[in-house]
Amino acid sequence: MEMKNRSIVSIRDFSKDEIEQIVDKSLEVKSGKYSGALEGKVLATLFFEPSTRTRLSFEGAMVAMGGRVIGFADPNISSTKKGESLADTIKTVTGYCDVIVMRHHIEGAARLASQVASVPVINAGDGANQHPTQTFLDLVTIKEELGRLEELRVGLMGDLKYGRTVHSLAVALSHFHTNFVFISPPSLRMPADVKEELKEAGIKFHEVTEAEQSPEAMDVLYVTRIQKERFADFQEYEKVAGVYRLTPNSLSGPCKNAKIMHPLPRVDEISEEMDSSPNAIYFRQAHNGIPTRQTLLGLVTGAIQ
Amino acid sequence: MTTPEARKVYAIDSGTVIDHIPSPLALKVVDILGVSQKGILTVGINFPSEKLGKKDIVKVENLKLTPQITDRVAIVAPTATINIIEKGKVVEKRPIEVPRELRDILRCPNPNCVTNIEQVPTHFVREGRKKNFSVRCVYCERKYNNPGELI
Repeated sequence: MEMKNRSIVSIRDFSKDEIEQIVDKSLEVKSGKYSGALEGKVLATLFFEPSTRTRLSFEGAMVAMGGRVIGFADPNISSTKKGESLADTIKTVTGYCDVIVMRHHIEGAARLASQVASVPVINAGDGANQHPTQTFLDLVTIKEELGRLEELRVGLMGDLKYGRTVHSLAVALSHFHTNFVFISPPSLRMPADVKEELKEAGIKFHEVTEAEQSPEAMDVLYVTRIQKERFADFQEYEKVAGVYRLTPNSLSGPCKNAKIMHPLPRVDEISEEMDSSPNAIYFRQAHNGIPTRQTLLGLVTGAIQ
Repeated sequence: MTTPEARKVYAIDSGTVIDHIPSPLALKVVDILGVSQKGILTVGINFPSEKLGKKDIVKVENLKLTPQITDRVAIVAPTATINIIEKGKVVEKRPIEVPRELRDILRCPNPNCVTNIEQVPTHFVREGRKKNFSVRCVYCERKYNNPGELI
């Protein structure tokens, strides 16, 4: 697979074949096949918006594979505060490193960065738009736990309106004949354009308000947090806050054998008692961020073929 | 040959007739062409049409449509046809086509899109059928079903 110098901006940029190859390669990396492959490579992490866990996951991934990291985690110390354009910041940093990882609150910032940088850019989140490495690690976890990506029955539960994670995951899984169940309060349903895209890809989905209403058993139940910060009106948030709470008792009916995933952080949508259940795979999912990001860093720098 | 509709809205000797504009979008097309044209610009609204039920026509004297303007007209009125008139006769009749890539033509209505914040020309990609299409911003990836409103 030739991905040297390719930027990773959006899951939409990847074909089914490419997604499968990246997932399989990530599982190889996890098994220790490419240890030390990033030796001599420099990663610049540009976090114009704070995100501790994503940044630590990228930095940990780079260091554990022999690479080095430069960058900033506080946008207040970057030159954008002095009025520098994003393009100029990127054109400068591109001379200091072999790969850039960037998070920005502006949607499309990563696409713009990838157009002006002479090194590959990995999008670590651009506003409400994309966070492709999260999608890849979700897919790696599903493949690892269930042995396949094809023809799975996947429930997406929680904030399906604003949650970019579930939008990207739905788009990615649409390559694999997934049967979806969308579980959300009526006010937080999956947006029409995502549903339209799934229909065009011939993907079946049901929309319900409770997990028990799922018409069939689920292989995966992907839970998301209802994000307080997305609501302009606090009363609207209060109406839906705490509407879902998974406990070990929830693992019955269509959820009985479902693997429970969550992009984290969780608030109260999954109880702590659930953590010891064999169905709970959300911490293993978070840990898969390391081999998945190592794979992507390795592929785009040419350190992994 | 001059059509009866064309005669009703002031026959021109040379210029461009934009026909089969869905009603009532003629004025939107005029907006795109700009009213500071050198020649006379006439507008006909609500002509009967077999294909569209009702259609509008815009005629402009001494106008050559640039590709940039043709693309913009296509977005507002994808059913439109363009007739080039010379010496009072239609010398060329062509449908207009919405290009797959639309660069620096539309504006993205998402206030948090990088094209509204940094100095970067907009870029959209057409999705769906040519006569019934939507556009997706290459930057913020939002999809819009009424591209005519983004001009």
